[in-house]
Amino acid sequence: MMDAISPVLEVEDLCVSYGKVEALHHANIKVGAGQIVTVIGPNGAGKTTMLSAVMGLLPRSQGRIRFNGTDVGDAEVGVMVGYGVTLVPESRALFAEMSVEDNLLLGAFNRYRAGNRDQEQTKDEVFGIFPRLKERRNQYAGTLSGGERQMLALARALMAKPKVLMLDEPSLGLAPLIVREIFRVISSLKDTGVGILLVEQNARAALQVADYAYVLETGEIALEGLSKRLIDDPKVVESYLGLGGKQ
Amino acid sequence: MDLQIALLLGQDGITNGAIYALLSLALVLVFAVTRVIFIPQGEFVAFGALTLASFQAGKTPGTLWLLIGAGVAVALIDLSVALRAGHVRRIPRIVAWNLVYPAAAAALIFLVKPNEMPLLAQIVLSLALVVPLGPLTYRLAYQPLAEASVLVLLIVSVAVHLALVGLGLLFFGAEGSRTPAFSDGSIVIGSLTVTGQTLWVLGASLMLIVVLAVFFERTIYGKALRATAMNRTGARLMGISTVMAGKLSFLLASLIGAFSGILIAPITTIYYDTGFLIGLKGFVGAIVGALSSYPLAAAGALLVGLLESYSSFWASAFKEVIVFTLIIPVLVWLSLTTRHVEEEE
Repeated sequence: MMDAISPVLEVEDLCVSYGKVEALHHANIKVGAGQIVTVIGPNGAGKTTMLSAVMGLLPRSQGRIRFNGTDVGDAEVGVMVGYGVTLVPESRALFAEMSVEDNLLLGAFNRYRAGNRDQEQTKDEVFGIFPRLKERRNQYAGTLSGGERQMLALARALMAKPKVLMLDEPSLGLAPLIVREIFRVISSLKDTGVGILLVEQNARAALQVADYAYVLETGEIALEGLSKRLIDDPKVVESYLGLGGKQ
Repeated sequence: MDLQIALLLGQDGITNGAIYALLSLALVLVFAVTRVIFIPQGEFVAFGALTLASFQAGKTPGTLWLLIGAGVAVALIDLSVALRAGHVRRIPRIVAWNLVYPAAAAALIFLVKPNEMPLLAQIVLSLALVVPLGPLTYRLAYQPLAEASVLVLLIVSVAVHLALVGLGLLFFGAEGSRTPAFSDGSIVIGSLTVTGQTLWVLGASLMLIVVLAVFFERTIYGKALRATAMNRTGARLMGISTVMAGKLSFLLASLIGAFSGILIAPITTIYYDTGFLIGLKGFVGAIVGALSSYPLAAAGALLVGLLESYSSFWASAFKEVIVFTLIIPVLVWLSLTTRHVEEEE
């Protein structure tokens, strides 16, 4: 099933250490174009570490990252952005004292440097997805509500027209209604052909929207499979979906 | 003190204050983007003024040799880094900026006679020599330590400052220089005579501040610099490299410094080490702005200029003491009112 689509992002045998402590052991993950892949797992399992290492924010102690089949070597974050890999970090990392519009413009900074001048058009497309941001376009990012900030973080990432979009805990700290809205947008992005790597503690929501899922526990991939299979897997249900059953 | 003297002192204070304001803006910018407290800012003031003076005296300014030397050093480092990483595409750029540009500047200076050129051309030539030293300094001294703590970067700044002062003595000697005024005339407003150079200083400072404001508010590169200052990780994730932001902020700082030096060279005699005191007064202004607010820093710098000018009248022996004491109440106020933020790792 996974091999039907040639993966746009391949993580092979990736290890990351903080000093002597290894935070990620030999992780293997594939993301295909137009596919949503989720990594679920408890706090401290190494999910954020993995995204940071793939993005080049952290040095990789071992393993390989391939983008569209090419080994990226030890490429750091600037190079990864150039390939079309974009990360929305858990902290959102917005530019608080800048308007929504300027945040979006800077999302396209790398494309601008490469000579693309279609920022206005991309911005209109992004405003089409998030009409709320259009209303708030002149407001400082720091004055937005939590949900709007997550929307802006997502919108800013889309301004880069990514081939791979990595989302770290997009639902963190948001009201259920907003979470649903964010996940609706994430699942609608599939049609644009972007490969999405979604890291979530909200396992139920993640499994519902994802095609394929990995379970990361203490730095190792403990389980993987099609999301619709994992959502009924007794181990997953017990550890991550709780007793509430299907909602 | 009568009104006449008060106005005269005020005029002096505002003129100097305008220069301090420019320098304070550069200090705030460099600190916000790179966390470097840019003590060598003053050396760029001296280098700008003395390079222009050298041209006018028909000499070859030593800053040319510094530009060539620093260019070769940076080229060697960057070329070895690029070759080791296999980035062959970067080589032409490295060679062009660090080797070809200084060589072209040298060739131009030896071909034309700078002392016979009009003042404007001499100024452009001086800026062309001194301004690139900013990014070169960043590459050599600060970029390898970009992740170090503010304290380490401050120590590096002290070292760079001492090195540049020493080089200044070597290049320009212990003699001071003064350049002719940009224009002769003066304007009489009531009982006050405003010299042409004062108007040049005020006009040019104001213009530069407006240009900087437009750069930061309207251009994508200006916004990228502000973004780096606000959220370094966020900026890197957008593809705004910390190195590019650092070099750009140092370029602006050296431009502001050298330009300030050229503006005040007709008013004060500039020695190889004059820049330090001027830079420190800009720093007092920047501290008033808590090293983060541009308008407050500029206002603080103007206050420094006025305070200096009036205290030179009443208590000239204590002029510097009074100016630098201003920092204490400001720091007390800041430490009482601002939340202490742990330095990010």
